[in-house]
Amino acid sequence: MRFAVNGEPVDAEPFPGQCLRTLLRETGRTEVKKGCDAGDCGACGVLLDGEPVHSCIVPAHRAAGREVTTVAGLGTPEQLSPVQQRFVDAAGFQCGFCTAGMVVTASTEEVRTADEADLPRLFKGNLCRCTGYRSIHDALAGRSTTEERGVAGGIGRAVRAPAAERIVTGREPFTLDLATTALTHIAVLKSPHPSARIRSIDAAAALAMEGVLAVLTHEDAPDVLFSTGRHQNRLEDPDDTLVLDPVIRFAGQRVAAVVAETIGLAEAACRAIAVDYEVLPAVFDPEEARSAGAPLVHGEKDPLATRISEPGRNVVAQKHGELGDVDAALEAADVVVSGTWRTARVAHASLETHATRGWLDADGRLVLRTSSQVPYLVHAELCRLFGLEPERLRVFTARVGGGFGGKQELLTEDLVTLAVLRTGRPAQYEFTREDEFTIAPLRHPKRVAVTLGATAEGVLTAMDVDVLADTGAYGNHGPGVMFHGSHESLAVYRAPNRRVHTEAVYTNNPPSGAFRGYGLGQVMFALESAMDEVARRVGISPFELRRRNAIAPGDPIVVTDPHEETDLQYGGYGLPEALDLAEAALEEPGEPTPHGPDWRLGSGMALGMIATMPPRGHFSEVRLRLDPDGGASLDVGTAEFGNGTTTVHAQIVAELLAIAPDRVRIRQSDTDGARYDTGAFGSAGTVVAGKAVHLAALALRDRVLAAAGPGASLGPDGVRTPSGVAPLGAFAPLMTTGTADGTPRGLAFNVHGFRVAVHVGTGEVRILKSVQGVDAGTVLNPEQLRGQVEGGPAQAIGSALYEEVTVVDGHVTTRVLRNYHVPQMADVPRTEVRFAATYDDLGPFGAKSMSEAPYNPVAPALANAIRDAVGVRPHELPMSRDRVWRLLHR
Amino acid sequence: MDLPTLTEVRLPTTRVELALSDTVIPLGGGTWLFSEPQDHLTGLVDLTALGWTPWERRPDGGLSVAATCTIAQLTRIPADPGWRALPLFRQCAESLLQSFKVWNTATVGGNIATALAAGALIGLGGALDAELVIWTPDGGERRQRVADAVLAQRTTTLVPCEVIRSIEFDSVPLAARTAFRRIALSPLGRAGTVLAARQDADGAFVLCVTGGTTRPEVVRFPSLPSAAELATAVAAIPSWFTDAHGAADWREAVSRLLAEEIRQELAGAEAAR
Repeated sequence: MRFAVNGEPVDAEPFPGQCLRTLLRETGRTEVKKGCDAGDCGACGVLLDGEPVHSCIVPAHRAAGREVTTVAGLGTPEQLSPVQQRFVDAAGFQCGFCTAGMVVTASTEEVRTADEADLPRLFKGNLCRCTGYRSIHDALAGRSTTEERGVAGGIGRAVRAPAAERIVTGREPFTLDLATTALTHIAVLKSPHPSARIRSIDAAAALAMEGVLAVLTHEDAPDVLFSTGRHQNRLEDPDDTLVLDPVIRFAGQRVAAVVAETIGLAEAACRAIAVDYEVLPAVFDPEEARSAGAPLVHGEKDPLATRISEPGRNVVAQKHGELGDVDAALEAADVVVSGTWRTARVAHASLETHATRGWLDADGRLVLRTSSQVPYLVHAELCRLFGLEPERLRVFTARVGGGFGGKQELLTEDLVTLAVLRTGRPAQYEFTREDEFTIAPLRHPKRVAVTLGATAEGVLTAMDVDVLADTGAYGNHGPGVMFHGSHESLAVYRAPNRRVHTEAVYTNNPPSGAFRGYGLGQVMFALESAMDEVARRVGISPFELRRRNAIAPGDPIVVTDPHEETDLQYGGYGLPEALDLAEAALEEPGEPTPHGPDWRLGSGMALGMIATMPPRGHFSEVRLRLDPDGGASLDVGTAEFGNGTTTVHAQIVAELLAIAPDRVRIRQSDTDGARYDTGAFGSAGTVVAGKAVHLAALALRDRVLAAAGPGASLGPDGVRTPSGVAPLGAFAPLMTTGTADGTPRGLAFNVHGFRVAVHVGTGEVRILKSVQGVDAGTVLNPEQLRGQVEGGPAQAIGSALYEEVTVVDGHVTTRVLRNYHVPQMADVPRTEVRFAATYDDLGPFGAKSMSEAPYNPVAPALANAIRDAVGVRPHELPMSRDRVWRLLHR
Repeated sequence: MDLPTLTEVRLPTTRVELALSDTVIPLGGGTWLFSEPQDHLTGLVDLTALGWTPWERRPDGGLSVAATCTIAQLTRIPADPGWRALPLFRQCAESLLQSFKVWNTATVGGNIATALAAGALIGLGGALDAELVIWTPDGGERRQRVADAVLAQRTTTLVPCEVIRSIEFDSVPLAARTAFRRIALSPLGRAGTVLAARQDADGAFVLCVTGGTTRPEVVRFPSLPSAAELATAVAAIPSWFTDAHGAADWREAVSRLLAEEIRQELAGAEAAR
């Protein structure tokens, strides 16, 4: 059949049942993205004869004789269309994976002529997980919020992301946006049972199918235990996972993997495999799981070798401690508040699913291109698993389409390695959207019991916290989330008597993993709700209660162990200012109050404290080179997935060399590039990698100045010396390195406030005002940081009001985006972001990290506002309309 | 998404070329079929190739909407003094979870045949007592009201090889006053409950509840009911269900609330007459 794409004729024969999206990508139009493959997210949007469609649900044969326009057909990086220019000007993207569809939708007549108030309706078919939509709204309205990159210097300016023009025209390649000849595809046969032992696998029929290259089972996989969760220190996660395991611990676990010429063939071959299962008893409730007689998920494992705390009790990690005498303090307290709170499973819902493509290069070396936050850690673990020499493996990422902690995992790279090493052919393993809900790790659901004691003046005297986390079938990030979750969330208050019991337990549910905030948010939901109740009982404002109890410089930063060795420091302490900013902003007018007798009004707040870097070491070593043209080339290991670190790194180099940010060329996240980076997690991209970049740039500046002689300085015109100005490039080649080790660590504070109206008849929660006071240290890029902060509340409003991965007897029932409500434009209010004027002693130019932090205090702030409005306190997330309604009617 | 188990996608030009089977089924817009794996299918027959006129005014003043009429085309039917119910068409279309972009592809017949609880046009058909014209495998046809044809989630009275040809709206319901309410767990999310209602010139009141019930539930009164009568009728609906889009108890409660809003709106209109 013939059709046209962006004016070019295309001759292609779609196979029966092919959708337009895959046909377009097959013919090289990789600007058309797969986000959901089900018509829900809008990333695949194109124009068909000028009308906007989701190309993943358009049968390909219908394109015959018609004209398709993709985002690339609307403009080029050199000649942007007006709509594309607006997305650049307003920084209307972060990871950029949704942007192609956003821009195509924005280009339509319906949108261009629409009233601004109608935009939420017109964009309900376009999901963005990063921005919180404010910047997209600005783009649609034509409001410019950024600066050109052609001016020397950079720190403190709203410089545009280096990739902006490529993102808005669909030119920036993501993980699978490349052509690979002779590519094979991997499909996985998944267990229908949550607990079983594989007696036998008969793959003869599958292997006999034409186009099937291999069927991989546990007999083909290395017999080496590892964890999909990756950390700098691999000992932080239990070794409880095999690439392919004959024991099944959750529904959806890999049973076999088929390598075939097409993904359709691979799937058909999976259906042809016969598996004999011995179904075993399963446990789904975390409380039952740690009780006597429960089926043991990893009972056969050696606790010492695998670092599972108590395999005989399904406990992967635990911590128990007491400081002072909690019982006596509660006995003596004027006010005692107690409650138990629960949080739901939440999916990261990055628009780009997990994926890896691998091949052997000309030297026979294995190369993996993966959607990972941690390519270096993946590299190290794959070498260990498959016995590869480090130099025989290269792992790199292109731009990654969103992470949120979900890509701090080794989920696809191992099977691709196995397939490529077995067949010698390039291979690809791409998660479906359903895989993201069913086999990719989710946010840990937690049950948190809190009892607080206080004096009549509102001074905390006792804090008793009991946390139970369901880590699911595998312990990836289980210990880390458990320890970290009960740290800064509790250490923020100065209660002299404190007790913490916390356990993370195995169940036969899908695995939990790392999620933005790394366990803190769940505990804060409980603790900050309890704090709110204390303020009510004492009769003071919740802001005032925090002022009276939050730690301040001079106070120890501890949970229950006063002798705990810590590298945490106060750095620039911005809590008082963040409290003041949020409190003042909350008083200002917001959305109009809805009319009617059934609406109740309320306001609430909560605070979050978080370390500016992950604990126990986070390393980065970068290389910076001065080029003869006066520009600079930077090799940095951290990945770009919408966090904006690339922009900031360019700004840091530009500032120190007095060049324009667009003269900084950055190569990133490639084990062939920078020597090392632990990875883009724990909010480390600015404060660790950025610190290394800062040091490398300082060293480079010093080398130039030393070479130029006494009295030299750097200016936008070049190197100024007493004898005149020399071009910077004249000092090339020069090369420096910078390293950072992620210690000591500082603290950042975020205070969120909400004013809400709650409808008592329907349970609807309408947000009238949303504000966040942010202690970010020096703001390196105000527009980018604002966007980053706004994305936190947007994602958190999803977790607080809408999102829940429901699991029934180990089986996920919310398997597509239309049954799992990721916030749309209509759901996200504008959050006013106010920055405290702090300066951090540790970060580059005084900056703190600000990736996870803005997410954490949002759910409790909203819960407290709902409590204020309706007089009943929510104890469960999400606070969906039906749950809020039930609070009032049951 | 791709449907790799298919071995054929046919473009028929006449009814006799349909040649459907258990695993070869009609393709409307495809927006639902291509949104989920369909590993049990081997073929699709693209009804849009038959070139049906999207909609036609019937000689008796009624409206005949082809199964292949897209949602976008349905919302563009021009206003007509005899068709006072037309705003309900757009309200129901807006109730679709999917965006205006999907309206360009999704079809009226496909929406009804898919028989999702939140099937927006099932509520429209139910409230206006629309009738499906269904082509039967023997070359004949049968007629059935939309509300009777949808039995449960993803279940209709259609048997394999049957095809919806059109949706027929009579002139009396088309002339009715209508009212519409919906609520979801989020402002524009998938419906928790959808209430579409009409009041005919003779005062008869018809309310169709969908979204929160496993099948369209139609409530009828010869004239506008009292608040208590209506609340009792809504509470008597047996098929509320719980899923990701709302709990059954909430769905029932908010439906009573919204039904009363509809009643008051229509009562206000009646009083103003």
